[in-house]
Amino acid sequence: MAGTGKAHLRDGDRVLSIEDLVVEFKVGHGNTVKAVSGISFDVLRGETLGIVGESGCGKSTTGRAIMQIPKPTSGSIVFEGRDLTTLSHKDVREARTKVQMIFQDPVSSLNPRRSVRDSVLEPLVIWKRGTAEEQSALVDEILESVGIDPKRAAESRPHQFSGGQCQRISVARALALDPTLIICDEPVSALDVSVQAQVLNLLEDLKEKYGLTLVFIAHDLAVVKNISDRVAVMYLGKLCEVASSDDLYARPAHPYTNVLLDSIPEPDPNADHTVGRIIGEPPSPVAPPAGCRFHPRCPNADDLCAREEPQLRSMGAGHFVACHHPVETPVALSAD
Amino acid sequence: MRVEAGAVLLELDDLKTHFKTERGLVRAVDGVTLKLRRGESLGVVGESGSGKTVLSRSIMGLLPSTAVRHGSVRFAGQEIQGMSSKQMRHLWGAEMSMVFQNPLNSLNPLMKIGKQIVEPLKLHLGMDKDNARATAVQLLRDVRIPEAERRLNQYPHELSGGMRQRVMIAIALACGPTLLFADEPTTALDVTVQAQILDLINEQRRDRDMSVILVTHDLGVVAGHTDQIAVMYGGKLVEYAPTKILFADMKMPYTKSLMRSIPKMADPSHSRLATIPGRPPDLVNPPKGCNFAPRCAYAQDRCHVEEPPLTEAKDAGHVFACWYPVGSPEFERKDAELQEQGIMPADSAAVS
Repeated sequence: MAGTGKAHLRDGDRVLSIEDLVVEFKVGHGNTVKAVSGISFDVLRGETLGIVGESGCGKSTTGRAIMQIPKPTSGSIVFEGRDLTTLSHKDVREARTKVQMIFQDPVSSLNPRRSVRDSVLEPLVIWKRGTAEEQSALVDEILESVGIDPKRAAESRPHQFSGGQCQRISVARALALDPTLIICDEPVSALDVSVQAQVLNLLEDLKEKYGLTLVFIAHDLAVVKNISDRVAVMYLGKLCEVASSDDLYARPAHPYTNVLLDSIPEPDPNADHTVGRIIGEPPSPVAPPAGCRFHPRCPNADDLCAREEPQLRSMGAGHFVACHHPVETPVALSAD
Repeated sequence: MRVEAGAVLLELDDLKTHFKTERGLVRAVDGVTLKLRRGESLGVVGESGSGKTVLSRSIMGLLPSTAVRHGSVRFAGQEIQGMSSKQMRHLWGAEMSMVFQNPLNSLNPLMKIGKQIVEPLKLHLGMDKDNARATAVQLLRDVRIPEAERRLNQYPHELSGGMRQRVMIAIALACGPTLLFADEPTTALDVTVQAQILDLINEQRRDRDMSVILVTHDLGVVAGHTDQIAVMYGGKLVEYAPTKILFADMKMPYTKSLMRSIPKMADPSHSRLATIPGRPPDLVNPPKGCNFAPRCAYAQDRCHVEEPPLTEAKDAGHVFACWYPVGSPEFERKDAELQEQGIMPADSAAVS
């Protein structure tokens, strides 16, 4: 679980390029939570990158680090050619108009005392985009595109909408300043499955319509597979595996990815529901294990894993894994 | 009143639980009839507001004073609907117990784990201190908690989420209940831990010939861990079948739509998902006819007027409430139309 390697970084039209990102938090008694420990990845224009992992793996911290909340401990975050970590507070604020974020709890991320239309309008007012009439027309258009009636939005507050509708409104607010990149942090995990499907379909449509690039953070592997072009699997602050969405699920190479995939309760009573169980839970990020961070729970671990951190290396076809003993897969490796 | 394994343990007959509110009567559970045998596990599936949680609390008699119950709940041959809390106390813990969604909220933060397990043992089984403590250690071992003896002296905040849920299960199992309710027991847990907890509940069910009612919104969770499934919508049972039969032959368009809205691992990325438009019915003023009709892509005139009764399907034990079920000419014609228009995606290959 090294993630310190950079073999997986690409050329091309990169909207976002992150190298050696480290985020640490002081927690008292001289302890430090090592939330993200040197990860690198990039996102091409128009691509959706999924980041999956269990709680505490650093996936949300990574998303927030891109927004500079808080500023990362070290590493570079290059967005549209500028390293956000080196910018002044004023320039970061300006950059954030192009990088927006959607959160898990749609109701609490909207101001309960304002009409939801005002919440969508506010970014346009703050940044003085166009005349009042232009702003108003734009807000109506965006609300329509996420399936919310602008008239009702002007008269209603968040509690008068369902969770799914509030998430649509949060998406509308994120779209107001015409962003390049939207970071979605568990945007559908608080929603019922039927509503979850609506929001996922909506994100796909809007991505097309507004030419967006997405970073989609979630713990649900099936959801991530559905929406992503490329998926990064994280464990305890490190990257385990990066691959195209279909390839990752067809031939997972990292033992942890395999465990994650086998743990998913599939809606199929004939599936084998007992394979691939691991014992125990992730260790504390205050004192992560040496070597490969997954080795204490890994079925394939040996001395090497306890001693030396594996680097990301290619498995062919844009598929990269950080493991000394990747799971053999029957698919022949293509020259890469 | 001990019930033999395989005999009927729980029988609900037209159970209704309504709540008095300022807006009017909320019909949270509106006429549920079902039977559960000892040793069987039943999955109760539904979206938020379907009445699944109220149903399990209603059976246990854990309801606020605004609740009004009608119908019958027979447990081990005895009518328990209408019993006072004082009478129910003899059943809670000893005969039926519950594991909740959030283990941190359901454990007492100021009390050591050991004391919380020992308490019901002393109260219900009249054990002395040493005996109860030894039993507590054994229980923690049963739920696979490492270093069980040391854990007795720890507080809930010292344990991880998965460990706390194991402690909750140990407490629920302490007095050897015959019926265990698990209300979204793994929703707050990570997927690798969820799998372990579901396996644990299943294993304890087999070892103890216990019945389990697993309440969840996740069709994936019930698929691998239950014998029967009850699908609830708007306070009513809309489909009920043995698990394998339900997944092989869903009759109710609601169940089918729910299934189609779940992203499947077998489907390629960017597959279009089916959605269910609208929102769950208002339980104060439920729609006329079928509760699901206003959101149903297959509804016909009759559905908006006449409420469909529970009807038997071709397989034994499979019932559903729909005028035009999956497989009927009306449904199939409409489904082909919707698929052609691209509104309803075709079923994935992985699901029959």
